[in-house]
Amino acid sequence: MINLTINNKSVCVPDSTTILEAAKQNNIDIPHLCYLEGVHKFGSCRLCVVEVEGVKNLQASCMAEVREGMVVHTNTEKVRKVRKNNYELLLSNHLQDCPSCETNKNCELQDMGVRLGVTEARFAGKTTVSKVDISPSITRDMNKCILCRRCVTVCNDIQNVGVLSAHNRGFSTVINTAMDLPLNTVDCTYCGQCTVVCPVGAIKETDEIHNVWQALSDKNKRVVVQLSSAVSVAIGEEFGYEPGTPLAGELVSCLREMGFDDIFNTNAAFDLTVVEQSTELLNRLKTTQAGNEAKLPLVTSCCSSFIKYVENKYPEELDYISTTKSPDLMLGALAKSHYTEKMNMNLSETYVVSVMPCTAKKFEITRPEMQNNGLPNVDAVLTTREVARMIKEAGIDLRNLSKNQFDQPFSLSSGAAELFGVTGGVMQATLSTVYEMVTGRELPFNKLQVTSIAGFDQTMDMELKIENPLEAYQYLDGVTIKVAVTSGFRGAEFLMNQIVKGESPYHFIEVMGCPGGCVNGGGQPRPLTLEILQKRLEALYGQSEGKATSKPNDNEVISALYKEYLQEPYSPRAQELLHTQHRKTV
Amino acid sequence: MNCEATKCQCGCDQETDQQKYEKIAEIIAKYKNQAGSLIQVLHAAQNIYGYLPLELQRFIAAGMDKPLAEVSGVITFYSFFSTQPKGKHTIRVCMGTACYVRGGKKLVDRLEDILKVQVGETTEDRKYTLDIARCIGACGLAPAMMIDDVVYKQVNPDKLETILAKY
Repeated sequence: MINLTINNKSVCVPDSTTILEAAKQNNIDIPHLCYLEGVHKFGSCRLCVVEVEGVKNLQASCMAEVREGMVVHTNTEKVRKVRKNNYELLLSNHLQDCPSCETNKNCELQDMGVRLGVTEARFAGKTTVSKVDISPSITRDMNKCILCRRCVTVCNDIQNVGVLSAHNRGFSTVINTAMDLPLNTVDCTYCGQCTVVCPVGAIKETDEIHNVWQALSDKNKRVVVQLSSAVSVAIGEEFGYEPGTPLAGELVSCLREMGFDDIFNTNAAFDLTVVEQSTELLNRLKTTQAGNEAKLPLVTSCCSSFIKYVENKYPEELDYISTTKSPDLMLGALAKSHYTEKMNMNLSETYVVSVMPCTAKKFEITRPEMQNNGLPNVDAVLTTREVARMIKEAGIDLRNLSKNQFDQPFSLSSGAAELFGVTGGVMQATLSTVYEMVTGRELPFNKLQVTSIAGFDQTMDMELKIENPLEAYQYLDGVTIKVAVTSGFRGAEFLMNQIVKGESPYHFIEVMGCPGGCVNGGGQPRPLTLEILQKRLEALYGQSEGKATSKPNDNEVISALYKEYLQEPYSPRAQELLHTQHRKTV
Repeated sequence: MNCEATKCQCGCDQETDQQKYEKIAEIIAKYKNQAGSLIQVLHAAQNIYGYLPLELQRFIAAGMDKPLAEVSGVITFYSFFSTQPKGKHTIRVCMGTACYVRGGKKLVDRLEDILKVQVGETTEDRKYTLDIARCIGACGLAPAMMIDDVVYKQVNPDKLETILAKY
C-alpha cells in the first residue's frame, strides 16, 4: 500500500494505482476525456493534469502512478488554467458544427467544456481536413476526431481486428484505415465498438433515420418494426432512466405513436432460431455418427459481425457456420411471406425495420443472400441510439406512456430468448432444446461441466453426456457433446484456428462479436461503464426468470407457426426462408 | 517493364517482382518472432523493392501477423518510408536556414514548375523524385542541392534545366 496526500487529505491506496484512480477511490473526480476505465489509458487529452509537489511539470493523472509520500493537488489555479488551455487547443482543431451533429448533447467533449467552465475558444488556427468515410454500418468523420485513440484500443487490443490505427505524425496525425482505404474495403467486422467509445461524433452508425421516417410517411407502405430485449433494457439510458430499466411495454406504445403499423418481438424469432439451429446440429451429428462427412463443429450464425469476421479472416471455413439466418432476418422473411399472405398485404409495400443493439446488422441486410423473392428480408436497421433520437425528434414523452403488448403473431417469447443478448444465452437455449429433443427429458443443468479456457476472457467450454435417448436418436447414446462459448474476437480467433488446423474438439460453438454479447453491442447507448453493463445484464436475467414459458420449444407462437406454415423444423419452406448459404462478399 | 514474370530477359541486373518478394519473405521469416522488429523489416523491404506500396504492405502484415493498419501507421509516421515509387534520380533541395535565405525556396518552386510535380512526388516518367533536405552541411555553398550523391553549389534557378539535362 502507498500513502500519499491528495488535496491536503492523507490517503492510502494499493501499489501501481494511478493518481486518477487513487483520487476516484477517495471521492475526488479528476476531469478526464481520453481515459476510459478498464479499457483505454493513453494520456493524449491532457485534461486530467494535476500538480505534484517537487515535480516541475503538471502530470497526466491517468498515467502517473502514485509514490510513497507524494503530495498531489488536483484543483489549483495553475491546474484549472492549463486544463482550460488544453481544452481550447483540442477545440481549435475540432469541426465545431455542434448544432447539426448527431451527438450534440451526447458528447463528452461538450460536457467537458461545461465542466471546466470554458466560455471562450481563443485559438483559431489551421485545421486538418479529412473526407467523410461512409460504410453501410459505420460513418467516420475525422474532422471531429480529437485523437483520444479509444477506437484504436478497442479495435486492436480488445477486438483484435485492427483496422484502425494512428497514421502520419504531428499536426497531420489522423486515425485511419491502412492507406486511407474506405472502411468497407478493409477487414472491418462492423462490430461498432468504436462507435460506443468515441467521445465525440467522429465515429458513429450510418444514419438510417431519414429512410425510416420516409417509409413511415408513405401512406401506401405498411411498416413493420421489431426489437429485442437488449434494446429495451438499454434505451432508458437515453432518457435519464436508471440503467437496466426494462421498457419494452413503453417502447411498443412509443413506436405505435410514431406510426409503425406492426410491432413485433424479435425474441419470438430467437426461439425459432434455436429450434432450427438445434435441428441443424442434430442433422450434422447424425451424418457424422453414420460415418459420413458433415461440417462440425457447428458455429452459431446469429452474430452478423462474427459472420463478417469469418468472411474476412477464414473464408474457407464459412461452411462451419450455421445456415440459420439471424433472428431479425428470420422474422423479416416471415413478415414478408406468411404474415403478408395472412393479412392480405401487398408484399412490395411491406417495409421491415429492425431496432437492434448492433451496427453490423446495417451491413448484413444489404447482403444478397439475405433476400427472398428478390426483396431484402429487412429494409432498414436502427440502432438503440438512433431510435432514441427519433423518439426525441417526435416529441414523445416516454415516461408518461402506458405499457402496451407486442402485436400477434410475433408477440410471445420464452425466458431463454431473453438471454440471447448475453454471451452463452444461445448455447444454453440450444443445448437444452437438443437435450429435450433427443431424450424427451429436461436438461438438468448440474449435468453440465463448465470450464473456462485459460488465457481467454469470456471463453469457456462445456460437456454434456447423452444417455438413454429416444428411439430416433439412438446414434447419440453415450456420446459426450462438447461445446464452447466465447464473445469478442480474441476467443473467436482461438476457436477458429482450432477448426482450421482440424483440431477443434467441439461439436457446437457459440460466438458473439461484442464482448459480453449484444447487451454490450455497438449500437447501444453511450457512454458505457462496467456498472451500466452490469445493470443491463441484471435486467435481462430478471426478465428471463419472469417469463411464463422458459423454453424455446414450448413457445406457442412458434408451434403455431410450424403448424400453420412451416410444417416442421428444417422443412423445405423453412430452409428457403430461414436458412441461407453464407458467401464471401465480392 | 521489359522483364518477364519469373526471369529477367533483358540482360540487366534487375530482379523481377517475384524475386524481390521472395527476398522480403526471407527477411520476414528471420524477424517474425522478434518483438519490435517491424521497422527493420520495412527498411529492408524498401531497400529491396524501392518503396512500400499497399500490396507489399499487405504481404508484410500477413507475414508478420500484424494488422495492416498498424503496418501502414508505422510507414506513414516515418518520413524515410515511401508509399510512392521513387524516381531513378532523387533531387534534394536544401532548405536549411542558409540555403533558405539564399533562395532555396525559389529552386523548389522552379523545379516543381519544370518537373510538374510537388515536393515528395515523382515525375510521370519515373526519372526524378523531388524532395527537400534539412541542411546538407554545405551552408557556404548556399543555395545548394543534391542530385543522388552529387552536390550542386550556388545554384541559379535559370541554370536548373541545364543541370537536369545531364541526367
